[in-house]
Amino acid sequence: MHLRDSESDAIFRSEVREWLRGAVASMPTPPSPDDWPGRRSYDAKWQRMLFDAGYAGINWPAEHGGRGATPTEHLIFLEESAAAKAPDVGVGFVGQMHAGPTIIAEGTDAQKSHHLRGILTGDHVWCQGFSEPGSGSDLASLRTRAFRDGDDYVVSGQKIWTSHAVAADYCEMLVRTDPNELKHKGISWLIMPMDLPGIDVRPLVTVHGSTEFAELFLDEVRVPVANLVGDENDGWRVANVTLSFERGTGFVGELLDTTNVFQELIQYSKASSRNGKTIWDDDSIRREVGIIGADLDALWAFTKRNVSQGARGGMVMGSGSGFKVAFATTQHRLGDLALRVLDRASLSMDDLGGEPTGELVHSKLHAFAISLGGGTTQIQQNIIAERVLGLPRER
Amino acid sequence: MDLQPTDDQAALVEMITAFAADRFSIETVRSFGEQGGFDRSRWAELAALGTFGISVPEEQGGVGLHFIDAVLVHEALGASLVPGPLVAATLASGVIDGVIDGTVVPCIINVGSEGPLLVENFRSSDVLLIIDDQGVGLARCDDATGVDIGHPTDPTTPVTILDSLPKTERIGDSDLARAWRRRGSLLASAQLAGNSAGSTKLAVEYAKEREQFGRPIGSFQGLKHLLADSWIRTEMARSSVWAAGVTIDEPEVGSIDRAIAGARLTSARAATENAKTCVQVHGGMGFTWEVDAHLFLKRAWVLETQFGSIDDAAEDVADLYATR
Repeated sequence: MHLRDSESDAIFRSEVREWLRGAVASMPTPPSPDDWPGRRSYDAKWQRMLFDAGYAGINWPAEHGGRGATPTEHLIFLEESAAAKAPDVGVGFVGQMHAGPTIIAEGTDAQKSHHLRGILTGDHVWCQGFSEPGSGSDLASLRTRAFRDGDDYVVSGQKIWTSHAVAADYCEMLVRTDPNELKHKGISWLIMPMDLPGIDVRPLVTVHGSTEFAELFLDEVRVPVANLVGDENDGWRVANVTLSFERGTGFVGELLDTTNVFQELIQYSKASSRNGKTIWDDDSIRREVGIIGADLDALWAFTKRNVSQGARGGMVMGSGSGFKVAFATTQHRLGDLALRVLDRASLSMDDLGGEPTGELVHSKLHAFAISLGGGTTQIQQNIIAERVLGLPRER
Repeated sequence: MDLQPTDDQAALVEMITAFAADRFSIETVRSFGEQGGFDRSRWAELAALGTFGISVPEEQGGVGLHFIDAVLVHEALGASLVPGPLVAATLASGVIDGVIDGTVVPCIINVGSEGPLLVENFRSSDVLLIIDDQGVGLARCDDATGVDIGHPTDPTTPVTILDSLPKTERIGDSDLARAWRRRGSLLASAQLAGNSAGSTKLAVEYAKEREQFGRPIGSFQGLKHLLADSWIRTEMARSSVWAAGVTIDEPEVGSIDRAIAGARLTSARAATENAKTCVQVHGGMGFTWEVDAHLFLKRAWVLETQFGSIDDAAEDVADLYATR
């Protein structure tokens, strides 16, 4: 086992670092969080720079326009991007991480040639229409209907947790094409252009006031049958093909952000006083910091294990679920400590006195995004119990 | 970067695990804790595998691998509750003659904190190693007097309270003392990580077999979530223990002290929490001496105190984060 870079990885790291230094410096000031047109063009500008430099689709296969980098190189790229304070993937998230890889694996040649390049250049923004108000953890119970009518599917229903829908050009949709089949059978995967008639996008504001999510109300939206990816009624399998692309890098950006918040909390504790001494002088605070710091280091090591395993061709069953639960637990613990350290300063979600106090309150609320999004902690625990430990199913 | 065991490392772990299953059954482990129960020939068999000299250079009679390999071995030993002064023997191999092949059995005391002079496995040992801030000293156990504890908390770890520290021959300076404290801490943490996996395995097996309300209790989410959390704690512990082991071998990758203190925190939590879960999953039987669940818990309690307390480790991590 090793933690040091191999010779070729060290060269890659220094090339990336060099490029990032110049590229990041050339970016304008980021737009405000709720300025979606501004965010879209900012993210697209950065994505275009990545594309021109050969870093777009870093983990995509080279024959589909990606860089074909190894999982280790991908991790290095993310580490260096964070160190350089480079923009994150932003509105490109769904396209680059999910829709693009799905089309690579299951799309027709026409779908590939129409969509992949636009995702890589940042010209096309995607959103995801999977969850429904009645289908959260039990996603396969989804009820948004798609009737075949000539060369179109006629889609009606409701989607929720559709990230970046306001800014999106396309939506990767799971729809029920066979109402007589229960659950996983009878679902299809569709590419839905967001400018079709019958789509109503209503922003959904999260507990910390952010506006990246939306609800979609779909009223007889006519989606061409040519936009079906994979076979009709085989959409559940199609939606899961991206799992086989998972190489352990999925939460690296979030983990880097959390590590930065943790450092800010330490600095704030050292700079702030209570009862005549700094908060940092309180043993109980410092010990809690130590436990969280140890967990963050363990999460980094866990990530490196998963990436190492990914480099050997595939993740170990449950390792993604286990990482996510542990990460969510640590995020919540960090957030709890932040509120304890902030005390009355936690009454403001805006930063106070030039300190990142508001950001620390945000970080606590954001912890729920990790323990709920992409399969709740409890669903992940079920997956581990049944698929890793081999415990019998409840029913 | 490659933080998964190589094929050779996986084979090494498999060999130790198979040996432990064959030669250190839970009955043997229990018998080691009895008065005079330390079996020197069994200990020598363990030594003959190269267990204690894994990272000792070949010219000194060792296997010549890296420290991470010793870490993996201790993880496997911990999973099977292999008893005896495993950490002391690993630290002293290549330094004190006869330890590497099991003919000389060492025990160790890390002086620094207040309190009684408790030594694990003293009565079964030949030599006593004393670590303090100045260095490492060596004494013959025959030159020290003490009283054996009648009821050691861990029935498979005999404990003696020394009357006083004997005079020692200095065998190393403060650098060796620091190195041994670091390495000793990490080897104990590796055993804790293994312990956490061992108790989880025991609990999962029971949850699959035991039926209540007409079905296996492992089908209930209340237990599933407990056991999934155990598995996650083990994976977190292994991650930080492995990273710390590699950091000892490749010091340029990060702070050794932070990695070691962090490994102690994650592995001690995994071992104690998972063993508690193991007792709980066994229900009333888990509260009996007969079921092995308590042996994992009590061994974990012993290991988590070795080479520094949990609170010390937490403060070390905090201070090293704050000053980086």
